Amino acid sequence: MARDGTVEPCPPEQEVRHLKMKAANVLLRCLQEEGVDVIFGYPGGVVLPIYDALHSSDIRHVLVRHEQGAAHAADAYARASGKVGVCLATSGPGATNLVTGIANAYMDSVPLVAFTGQVNTALIGKDAFQEVDITGITLPITKHNYLLRRAEDLVRVVKEAFYIARTNRPGPVLVDLPRNVMETEIEFTGYPSEVHLRGYRVVRSCNMGQVVAAAEAINRAERPVIYAGGGVINSNASELLRALAMKAKIPVTTTLMGIGSFPETHYLSLGMLGMHGTRYANYAVSECDLLIAVGARFDDRVTGKISAFAPHAKVIHIDIDAAEIGKNFAVDIPIVGDVRQVLEELVPRVEEKEHFGEWHRTIDRWKEEFPLAYGEPREPDRIKPQYVIEQIYYVTQGKAIITTEVGQNQMWAAQFYKFSQPRHFITSGGLGTMGFGLPAAIGAKIACPELPVINIAGDGSIQMNIQELGTAMQEKLPVVVCILNNHYLGMVRQWQELFFGRRYSYTDISLQPDFVKLAEAYGAVGMRVKEAHLVEAALREALEVKDRPVFIDFWVEREANVFPMVAPGESLYNMLGGDDLL
Amino acid sequence: MKHTLSVIVENHPGVLTRVATLFRRRSYNIDSLTVGRTENPTVSRMTIVVEGDDVLIEQVVKQLHKLVEVIKITDITDDPSVDRELVLVKVRADTQVRAEIMQIVEIFRARIVDIGRNTLIIEATGDENKINAIEDSLRPFGIMELVRTGKVAMVRGGK
Repeated sequence: MARDGTVEPCPPEQEVRHLKMKAANVLLRCLQEEGVDVIFGYPGGVVLPIYDALHSSDIRHVLVRHEQGAAHAADAYARASGKVGVCLATSGPGATNLVTGIANAYMDSVPLVAFTGQVNTALIGKDAFQEVDITGITLPITKHNYLLRRAEDLVRVVKEAFYIARTNRPGPVLVDLPRNVMETEIEFTGYPSEVHLRGYRVVRSCNMGQVVAAAEAINRAERPVIYAGGGVINSNASELLRALAMKAKIPVTTTLMGIGSFPETHYLSLGMLGMHGTRYANYAVSECDLLIAVGARFDDRVTGKISAFAPHAKVIHIDIDAAEIGKNFAVDIPIVGDVRQVLEELVPRVEEKEHFGEWHRTIDRWKEEFPLAYGEPREPDRIKPQYVIEQIYYVTQGKAIITTEVGQNQMWAAQFYKFSQPRHFITSGGLGTMGFGLPAAIGAKIACPELPVINIAGDGSIQMNIQELGTAMQEKLPVVVCILNNHYLGMVRQWQELFFGRRYSYTDISLQPDFVKLAEAYGAVGMRVKEAHLVEAALREALEVKDRPVFIDFWVEREANVFPMVAPGESLYNMLGGDDLL
Repeated sequence: MKHTLSVIVENHPGVLTRVATLFRRRSYNIDSLTVGRTENPTVSRMTIVVEGDDVLIEQVVKQLHKLVEVIKITDITDDPSVDRELVLVKVRADTQVRAEIMQIVEIFRARIVDIGRNTLIIEATGDENKINAIEDSLRPFGIMELVRTGKVAMVRGGK
């Protein structure tokens, strides 16, 4: 009221002030604009302003039991949904607990945005309570990261973070948010529709001359093989890959990360190649005259001895990351571009082949002679682990999302479950992170609630993030954990058997919890199966449970091995073992 | 072979760390790295001299390109360019040899910037060869301390 008693009109400045809100609230508004519907996180001191904003937000927050679980769950959510995964942790130990998960996402090119709390800007660099230099720590394991010093930059930074995470070769981006910045009142004037990053350009085209050269090489080839990696899945190009393979009748092998990019039930499928690939895939790569690498990176677990990899082949390499071209392996026809876009140009230029030639007959012969196989159990009350995987495949009709831990369980899953769709096999490929599978199953189930989600685990790996059983209980998620329990750290034991004269140094983990009781202690369902004829019924019963996780403790043959195998440093042609026996 | 990369980066805190971390992480050998402001206050220019064959240099360039804050990279090794380095050399110089040293300084168009009882500090600028030559010429007198800035470079003409 003015002094004379009349009411003054509200000055414009005050109207603007009404639009001001805490940066923490603006952050959540931005996330909604990005289409984020779930955050995996764990609260703590400096993220209190963000948690306070979350309390009244529509965004679902999944409370994990350890921050590593948040990163893995967000990672798997991204892989299963094709969207950007989001995790949130407090400063210091909360942030460092994310590190393994961020590194995992980086190695497997998963779009992830990790938000961490940070101490007040005035305290940064003073070794304050729960202060850690998380942007410094994550420098080599993120595509990019930010320390947000000014609230005015928040909206731009969030926009850039999501943009960088999902475009080109996807990867994790970390945004470090000091507490006082999150409490600053700022105006929210809208979410930007574009970014301005002069040092970051999205690959939108490919060299057509190279595409033509690739098509000519394909048309001339007599023994071609496609080697498909995770880039096909990231690029949503599975249909195009299938079109290319079928049009030119090219056999397809996939990397671990590429599993699901081509249906493994298809007659042109060679399954996985590499260290634990099929013999016929490895032989085909060793004998081919043209290798078409699509969204793959010539990893050492794939190539074996690199100088003996695809020795007779001309090599085409399609990848969105120019730095992958020539990094590990010199190629003849490099094409930098988005797999989808390149294949769209390539497929029409490839000639349709009507007939199968000598090459296909050779491969069929290898398939007959060297199938993936396993023998009878060599111990009483123990099941063949491969049989369990086959039963999981049979019971789920190949339609489940399978997550894995790391080690033998992972390789058996890759070998014996026949995937026919992308985004259904979720595994830690590059980093090989034990403890990935259970939080990954949680993330995948939240992304795809209508699909059965099964974590194929080992008794070692499952204990690394077993606390996430609590998360699955709280969220009422019916994920099924199939522990292939051999009471060993199986893969390391296998290497000790093969390369260290059976000296089982610290790999016997017979001392372990009763997994049935442990599940029950959380309120989950626990089962134990020691006989092959009970496997199917147990799986069916587990898949009937709709409101809580299930642990099935399958006692498997203690010294079963993953075969065939390329010993480290050997060429793909030189494989050990036909079935699971040497 | 040594390659000279001229790298334009965002003038943001931490960019040098990102570049240095990349080199360390991938075991690339930095021969020298200089960084400074440019005519445009929003960017900095780094001149990186890196040792390696063509395959390695190609990887260095591609990996650098992946850094969001790296705007432009030019390999100016084979371009006509001007490059300069500055060196400060503290050399042992008692009265018997002082005249001889001053003669060397003269020949290289270097400068004496400090005179101690038994020492001289010499400042020289020039391309890498010249700096190497002056370093070699002074070594017999006893170099006590030496610091080189690393190379800065600029492409000639309108480029």
